[in-house]
Parts: sequence; C-alpha cells; structure tokens
Amino acid sequence: MQDAYLIVLLTLSATIRVSTPLILCAMAGLFSERSGIVDVGLEGKMLGAAFGAAAVSAVTHSAVIALAAGILVAIMLALIHGFASITQHGNQVVSGVAINILTSGLTIVLGIAWFHQGGETPPLPQEGRFMPIALPGAARIAHVPVLGPIYAHLIGGHNIIVYVALAAVPLTHWIVSATRFGLRLRAAGENPQAVDTAGISVAWLRYRAVMLCGALTGIAGAYLSIAQNAGFTRDMSAGQGFIALAALIFGKWRAWPALGACLLFGFLDAVAIRLQGIDIPGIGEIPVQFIQALPYALTVILLAGFIGKAVAPRASGIPYRKE
Amino acid sequence: MKLIVPATALALAMLTVATARANDVKPAIVFDLGGKFDKSFNEGVADGADRFTKETGIKYVDFVATNDTQFEQAHRRFAERGRDPIIGVGFAQADAVAKVAKDFPNTRFTLIDGIANLPNVQSVLFKEQEGSFLVGIAAAMASKSGKVGFVGGMDIPLIRRFACGYEQGVKWTKPEIEIIQNMTGTTPTAWNDPARAAELAKGQFERGVDVIYAAAGASGLGVYQAAVDNKKLAIGVDSNQNYLHPGTMLTSMVKHVDVAAYNSFMAAKNGTWKPGIAVLGLKEGGVDWALDKYNQSLITPEMKAKIEGAKADIIAGKIKVVDYMANNTCKF
Repeated sequence: MQDAYLIVLLTLSATIRVSTPLILCAMAGLFSERSGIVDVGLEGKMLGAAFGAAAVSAVTHSAVIALAAGILVAIMLALIHGFASITQHGNQVVSGVAINILTSGLTIVLGIAWFHQGGETPPLPQEGRFMPIALPGAARIAHVPVLGPIYAHLIGGHNIIVYVALAAVPLTHWIVSATRFGLRLRAAGENPQAVDTAGISVAWLRYRAVMLCGALTGIAGAYLSIAQNAGFTRDMSAGQGFIALAALIFGKWRAWPALGACLLFGFLDAVAIRLQGIDIPGIGEIPVQFIQALPYALTVILLAGFIGKAVAPRASGIPYRKE
Repeated sequence: MKLIVPATALALAMLTVATARANDVKPAIVFDLGGKFDKSFNEGVADGADRFTKETGIKYVDFVATNDTQFEQAHRRFAERGRDPIIGVGFAQADAVAKVAKDFPNTRFTLIDGIANLPNVQSVLFKEQEGSFLVGIAAAMASKSGKVGFVGGMDIPLIRRFACGYEQGVKWTKPEIEIIQNMTGTTPTAWNDPARAAELAKGQFERGVDVIYAAAGASGLGVYQAAVDNKKLAIGVDSNQNYLHPGTMLTSMVKHVDVAAYNSFMAAKNGTWKPGIAVLGLKEGGVDWALDKYNQSLITPEMKAKIEGAKADIIAGKIKVVDYMANNTCKF
C-alpha cells in the first residue's frame, strides 16, 4: 500500500516534470494568438532557445546566463515572426513554419561549427544547469505518513523552472483577463479596427504579445537543454511545441483549461513510461507499441468526443492593415 | 580541336581514377541514425576509422543519415564516386547494402550488425550476449537494493539479445535479483532520444533500481546523466564509456566495432580483404567488459575475480550463454 502510494506520487511528480515545457509554450502561444498572431513556430523558438542556452552554458558554465541567452534567442526569433506577420502583413502560418525549419537546420550547423560533435553540445556541468531543489525540512518530515512524501516528491524536488511554469499560468490568466494591457490584447485579436479607432496601436500591441511569447518559449527551451537534460541534441524539442499548440486549442485559448490539457498530455506520457514492462494482473505484460500509441489514441478520442467546438480569436491569422 | 580537349580531359580523369584505385583505397562510412558522435556504437566505428587514417594518412569520407530512407542513396552515391570499401553501420542498413552491392559488384562493402550474403559484402556480427553476461555480473554484485535495470534503444531482437545476456549474467550471479526492462521506442529515433531514456531511467530508479545497463546508442547518454543526477550506477555500451561520468559509470560492455572498421580498411589497403560472415564473441576479442582508471574504484577485487572467471568459462564453453536471436525468446 505504502509502495503503491509512492508510485502514484512519483508518477504525478513526473507528470509535472514532463508538462513544464508544454505549459510554458501553451502560455506563450496564448499571448500571441489572443493578440491575433497565429504561432505555429513555438516548436522552432523552443528549439532555438534550447540550443542557445546549452551553447552559452557550455562556454560560461552559468545556468542563469544560459537562461538569459535562451530567452534572448527566442525573442529574436519571435521578432522575425512579428516583422513578417505584423509589419510585412505576411502569412503567419508560413512564417511560423519557416522558423521551425530554420532552427531545425541552423542549430545543427552552428553546433557542428562551434563544438565539432555532430551538432550536439558537450555534456554540461552541474553548475551550468538548474538542478532539483530540496525544500527546507523535506528530509525531516519525509517519514510523516501521507504528507511527508507529498512535500518531498510532489511539491519539492523540482528545479526552479518548473515553479516558474506553474506560476506563469495564474499570471497569464490575470494579465489577459484583468489588466488594461490584457483587455487591449484580446481586443486586438477579436476586433483590431475597434482598437485602432480607440487610438491604440495594434502593431505595437501585437509586437509586445509576440515578445512575451518569445520570452516564455525561451524559458521552455532552456528547460529542455539545461534543466531536464544536460546538453543540446538534434531536434530535442521533439514536437512538444505542436503538442502545446494542441493543448492551447483544447483549452480554447484560456490559461487554466490549457494548463489542464498540458497536464493531461504530461500524465499520459509519464504513465506510458511507467507502464512499460509491468505485468498487470489478469492482462499480462502490455506491448511497448500499445503503450506508446496510448497518448495519441486518447488525444483523438478526447478531440472527437469531449472537447466541443473550439473557437479561435476572430482576427487571428489576419494581418491588420490600417485603413 | 574543340572535341579533343574534353576527350583528353576525360581520358586523363579516367586514368587518375584508375591509378588511384590501384594504389590506394578510398574508404567511406555511412553512419546510423544515432549519429557519428553518439559516444557509443557509431563513435566506436569512427574511432577505428580515425586510427586507420592516423596510421596510413588515408582519409575517409562519411555520411550521417537522419532517416532510414537515406541509407541506400548514401551507399549508392559513395559507390558511384568510386569509394571502396564502404562501411554500413547498423542492422538497419542491411537491405540498402544488399541492393547497392548487387549494382556495384566491384565495390567492397562491410556491414556491421547485419547480414547480406553477397560476394562483395563482409558481414560482421557480435555475440553481444556474452559481453552483456559479464556486465550483468558486475550489476548484480554492485546492486544493494536487489533490483537492476535495463534501458534499450529501439525494440528489436538485437537489443533483446543485449537484454537477455544481461539477464542471464545477473541471474547466474544472484538468482533472486529482480530486473526491470524498458525500451526507449519502436522507431529508429529511439537511438537519439536521451530525454525519453532519462525519464525511463528515473522511473526505474524510483522503483528501487540502483544499477542500469543502457544499450541505446545516443539515448544512453540520458540514462548516464540520470544516474549522475540520482547518484546511482550505470553501465555503458559498445564503446568504453567509463570516462563519461567517473564515479557512476560502473563499467561498459565494449563491442569492438572499432576493430571491425579498422580491419576492413586495413585489409582492403593490404589486399587481404575477404567477404563472408564473421561472428565475434569473447573468444575472438569482439566483445569484452571495461576496467580502467575511471571505474577501478567501483570494481571490487571480488567482482573482478568473478567476472574474469566467468569470462574464462564462457570462452572454454563451460558457461553457455543463450542467444535471444536464435529463436527470439530468452529462455535459459
């Protein structure tokens, strides 16, 4: 019983670990899309930031500077997207895809040129990474039944970026729903003409939104390369940017439901990893292939049956031209 | 005049090609999806080839495939450009090598981990189960919790062979030990997914495992990092990986793909290259366990004695290690 309880806790803890980049990317996408800029380039920005953070960490051995570098790279990429889709009125999907392709190739090319290891960065030392934090007193109350393990494994034992991601959700919700900036942001995504009529610059609003989006994807990318792993590897974002985008749509472009969707995806992944090779009484060992297909199958079922209609911000994807 | 110039140039070019072929080999390597710098399987081949280059001054060209449709193209391109011999690294290239070798009967191919029965192909296989048996002994003796783990790359019979040999070594040493096995994936991307492999390793550590043997190409790096982060032990594969994290790398199951690559190039240069199938085990020095300055503090004298004893017994035939691929089961 004690064991089963611990396994459940550790699975939940892994869920949070796996969901962190999804949560950050979903919040990033939320800012961008609520302002009217479709962003399929979350994946590319995250990958670029992962490489930037790992490269700087390999040279400076400082996690904080590396994080800053990752954020900077992602903001630069976001500004490219912004320039193409806001200033030049370009097609936002094309621009986003271009960023994905660009970073997928560029990270490897720069990696080969700088580190001569086939596009990977060297393994990073501990001081160049964000390591899990043990909460004060965790060891002392670890023996307290029920609460002790929760405190040590579920609440504590994560690195700082995990807490940043969790804090980003209420913050995003508050900014978008309760501040003046958020109100204008939403208006720009629904009815930019009205914003313009009120004498507020739609372009500047949208630029601020994509920069916020860049900053958040930058943190997500840094998490991949300098917190969850110890170094950059080819295409390490592995489609998580797209999963975050799906979570955002699941959550109907709202912060709390999007968090729920991210946690669900993370939970399925964590369970899939833990179910492998375990004999389930009465069923026997489940094949690896089935377990790996589970998250995708459930996604299809949820999408088809339970989510209902997801309505995007009305002006999203449409470049705004002043009349 | 206009016609003569290109014609002479062509003749001259052909002459250079012909002389180059007579005097020199122009070796090439097509790497697997794990990449040339996986610090494991592929990098072992690269190390052997680099040694050849260092000793002879003959440079080789290489290609790192990023998906399996590129294997055939790569071999064909190298063969067309007169590259010879060409090494194909990994079981996944068997079909590609067989196809291209038929079309280029004068080009010599060396296939590592796969079989192609053609007069111009050399297939080099290893008895991974024997080396894995030895590191299984190390794992069983080093484990304090009575649980050891295995993380494989792609779920294929070859990797099950590693797992099966390991299991036999563990059970031979301590029958009561529990083994938890996981595979990183079922597609070739499983060779290069350290994040997922690390998550699998964390899951195993949480279930009480304290030694993990990874046979997963570049994905294994995630397992070794997880072992460092959780202060547990890990066992490397293919190349000697002890140096990666001294203190937590218990040992490595060394598969001498470097020797296979070196021998292929060297034999081609000396004119002694022979086609056929070679199966290299402990006896032939094809596989081994690794003991060096990076892990000597982790290997006790008793462990060393037990492993060396088992090694001698396997070579002498006193211990029979079951090969998973003989009938695709791990019964022993």
